[in-house]
Amino acid sequence: MSTVILLIITGLGLGALYFLVASGLSLIYGLMGVLNFAHGSFLTLGAFAGWEFARRMGGGSWLTFFASLVVGAVVGAVVAAATEFLLIRRLYERHIEQVLVTVGLALASVALFDGIWGTDPIYVTGPAWLTQTSDILGARVPNDRFVLIIAAVFVLLAIVAFLKFTRYGLIIRAGVENRSMVTALGIDVRRAFTVVFAIGGAAAGLGGVLASHYFGYVSPQLGGSLLIFAFIVTVIGGLGSLAGAAMASVIVAILQQFANFFLGGTGDLVVVLLLAAVLLIRPTGLRGSKA
Amino acid sequence: MSAPILRVAGLSAHIAGQQVVEDVSFEVPATGVTALLGRNGVGKTSTLKAIIGLIGRRGTVEFDGERIDGQPTHRIVQRGIGYVPEDREVFASLSVEENLRLAERHGGPNRTLVDELFPDLVARASQPAGTLSGGQQQMVSLARALINDNRLLLVDEPTKGLAPLIVVDVAEALARAARAVPILLVEQNLEVVRKLAHTVVVLEGGRVAHVGLAQELLDDDELTKRLLGVHSAHAQANGEAS
Ligand SMILES: Nc1ncnc2c1ncn2[C@@H]1O[C@H](COP(=O)(O)OP(=O)(O)O)[C@@H](O)[C@H]1O
Ligand SMILES: [Mg+2]
Repeated sequence: MSTVILLIITGLGLGALYFLVASGLSLIYGLMGVLNFAHGSFLTLGAFAGWEFARRMGGGSWLTFFASLVVGAVVGAVVAAATEFLLIRRLYERHIEQVLVTVGLALASVALFDGIWGTDPIYVTGPAWLTQTSDILGARVPNDRFVLIIAAVFVLLAIVAFLKFTRYGLIIRAGVENRSMVTALGIDVRRAFTVVFAIGGAAAGLGGVLASHYFGYVSPQLGGSLLIFAFIVTVIGGLGSLAGAAMASVIVAILQQFANFFLGGTGDLVVVLLLAAVLLIRPTGLRGSKA
Repeated sequence: MSAPILRVAGLSAHIAGQQVVEDVSFEVPATGVTALLGRNGVGKTSTLKAIIGLIGRRGTVEFDGERIDGQPTHRIVQRGIGYVPEDREVFASLSVEENLRLAERHGGPNRTLVDELFPDLVARASQPAGTLSGGQQQMVSLARALINDNRLLLVDEPTKGLAPLIVVDVAEALARAARAVPILLVEQNLEVVRKLAHTVVVLEGGRVAHVGLAQELLDDDELTKRLLGVHSAHAQANGEAS
């Protein structure tokens, strides 16, 4: 029983990380039709920025920890918005070229991070409580899981509220449905593109700092490895669907945990099989409307 | 007569490498309804889209004396052009109110007019537009254009697929709008054309085949038959099937 609880909560924590990456991927694809392979770089950069900040502030306090989350989110947002504005926008409607640019950016940024921070993992320290465990119905659950889950729920609610209650949110929801009709109402939909990149980048940057505490270290590879699963989650959830991404994040991560534990470390394989099954049975994903 | 509100000269447009509008030239007077007619697939929708830059185009488009053919769609529309697309294109997942709010420029100055024209929409403000009937969706699409102080409306087959009673409502709303703003109207229902339009421009194979007074065209059964493939005298009351 305690094992099951541990697996579920750890799965939820990991699912939270996937969601922080997948939410941006899904929004960006939904509005612009761009598969953003550079999204992992926003996460990695957020993680490094959070670590650099915490290191200068002298580690361990809660204040530093929360401030480092903000730093990661802001750096992620700014770099993502700049990426859209300087690179993606120039290739408006040229999807192949856009994908190639994001792939190139992902590769180049890893090399850049290697150059700046080296290839070895950098171990991070946070508030001591994060590395301790809590007793939940007999299971000893590492506390960082709770922070991850709370952060992801917060991000989900924030994005939903943004989409529901702001003018840009309205433009984004309409644009996901029918971009050309939005322009035909006299709206410069490209501004919404930048906003969507900034939101996705903020979630990824926040996810980066949290991931560094979850795994215990930062490395230039951090974003890339999470990005693969985030893409799988995005496809399973239905490209462009935020709710789908949230559901799929949880399903994929929990399944992965259970398979790793009970089926001899086959978690990644099971996830790929799930992806194949969803694509065969329901090619648009759980909540997708367009393939 | 005063200067035209819209002047199109040598307009050409392509979709997927195929030329769908070829060297089209015509003018839209600054008052009343101008009908853009022609059989299915002659390029009426493409002409409207080319005017506001929704598809790539070459040639001259002047709006109120100024060139707009080099500008992006949102800039053109912001100058004061309302577009009511074929098949309505309401945002299905947005509520009626959100559809209108999205369309509002400068606070939607004609909100009261729209509420008065389409009381049904006021009652259904929070309903997702995708769950409305075809007629109600057409009201939303029209309302999105009428809510602003436009200087020209481009309206594409507003009565397509609607029940006869709704066709009357739509024609009524257009007639009312036309008192304040000139309209370029694509319409298959010749009764509606007869009721609303002053001038007609007829396309054939992406080119202008005829320009004249609506009355004269519709009174000439032979010409109507040749240009539009239907008899004007027997124009059905139930709208044209597409
Ligand atoms: N998306 C598209 N892809 C390819 N061809 C198209 C597309 N839209 C329209 N066409 C073609 O362009 C021509 C003109 O279409 P359209 O402007 O919609 O005509 P109309 O509105 O007069 O019925 C037609 O031959 C049609 O088949
Ligand atoms: Mg048409």
